Parts: sequence; structure tokens; C-alpha cells
Amino acid sequence: MEESVWMWTLHETMPSSKEVGHQIIEQLLQALTQAGWDGSDLFHVQMAAEEAMINAVTHGNQESEQLVVEVEFRVSKQRAYLRFRDQGAGFCPDELPDPTDEEHLEKTHGRGVYLIMHMMSEVSYNDCGNEVTMVKNRQLESADS
Amino acid sequence: MTERRRITVVTIGDLATVRFNDKKIVDSASIEEMGAELMSLVDKDKMKHILLNFEGVEFLSSAALNKLILIDKKVKQAGGNLRLCCLREEIKEVFTITRLDRVFDIRKTEKEALKAFGVDS
Repeated sequence: MEESVWMWTLHETMPSSKEVGHQIIEQLLQALTQAGWDGSDLFHVQMAAEEAMINAVTHGNQESEQLVVEVEFRVSKQRAYLRFRDQGAGFCPDELPDPTDEEHLEKTHGRGVYLIMHMMSEVSYNDCGNEVTMVKNRQLESADS
Repeated sequence: MTERRRITVVTIGDLATVRFNDKKIVDSASIEEMGAELMSLVDKDKMKHILLNFEGVEFLSSAALNKLILIDKKVKQAGGNLRLCCLREEIKEVFTITRLDRVFDIRKTEKEALKAFGVDS
């Protein structure tokens, strides 16, 4: 994604560790806050980042110490770009059951991708299903200030 | 006295009113700990009803939602009720998007929730 006004970027590989993932997302949140993000926009990006990270580490890489997750974040005042790529077998997001269906409503899994889809402006998966790219465009009027 | 790290509990008879010690319920280990502490309210302390007051909670992940579903099932199995109150707008939205607002009894204020339990605050 080309945008000349990125205020902060991060591109690195992390081990398949949720704790390390939480720490990297904390860096993203600090960058967003410094760029003026707050309220529901900030909440939505945090939700998407946490869910995508957990999916990559646990479902993708099965928390294997031999596998890593590639993480790329970019932040501007109006837009956030997030990309996670794991080394797992991938999955097809279209084949996931709808967690809001009555039969799935009280299941204790399967809401992460659904929340990502609802909270980000753009979400796409690669053909292998092991990489998710997400963009959030700020909605609040304060984004202009 | 039970030592709890993730929640603070005040009991009113067989009702446990719970506040969360963490602003963000996101760290995987903390969520496990929180879940165990909530479960022990029913299993060990024999509380029948639970009120979860989310005042001060800024974020929770789907892993935390999963724990709440387990607690809800546990409380219902014991013949009690679980209610939630004081959710900030963004967290309420999570329950709405996932339609878990149909599973959980969510009240706006603690006073309203206590009243639903038959407690006059």
C-alpha cells in the first residue's frame, strides 16, 4: 500500500508466542495514540490486531517454536495498515461457520475472524489463507484535527 | 480468605458482585487466571448468582468472551443468573456484533442489575 504520510511503520518477524504478540501490538497502539487515534477507531484496530495475532500464532503456527509470524504495521493520522503472515497450512475464511447462527452462538471459539471483518474497513486473505491484510480508515471527525 | 489477582469480589448473600482488576482483558495468561477465579466463585465459594461490573474495563478479546460464555453456562447449571453491567460503548458493540447480547443479560448500571437480582442498592 502506497501512502506517503505514514508516521510509523514496523516490519519484523516474531516467534509463535502470544506474549511477544501482545507486546508488538502494544507498540502499534502507542503509535496509533501518538497519531491521534482514540475511541472506537483505536478499539477496532486493537481488536483486529489481537484476533489476527492469536489466529496466526495458535491456529496458523500451532504455537510451534520452529515457526515465525511476519508482522507489518503502518500508521498515519487517517489510516492503519496491518498484515500478519504465519507459516501454517492456511484456511479459507469463507468456509468458517457464522458464529451468530443460533447453533453456534454459545460456542467458545470462532469469533475472531468475524470480529475482524466487522471492525476493519478492508480485509483480505491471500490464496493460501495464511496471510491477512487489514486496513482501517478513521471514521471519527477528530481524524481531521 | 481467597486470594484473587484478576477480580475483586463483594458478596451479598449468594450473589457475588465482581469488578475486574485489569483495564484490558487481553493477555492470554491473565484471561486463564480470570476464568479460574470466576469459576471458583461457583465451585468453591458456592455463589449462586454473579454480577460482572465492567466499569473501568477498556478492552476485551474474543478469548475473554469465550471465558464469559463458560462462566454463564456454569452459573446457569447451578440454577443461578449471570448479569453484566457498566459496559463502555465499544465493548457493548462487541456483544452486539457477535449477538452475544442475546445470550447475556446486560444492564446499563449496577443499580439496575442489582435490582434485577432483587437487591435494593
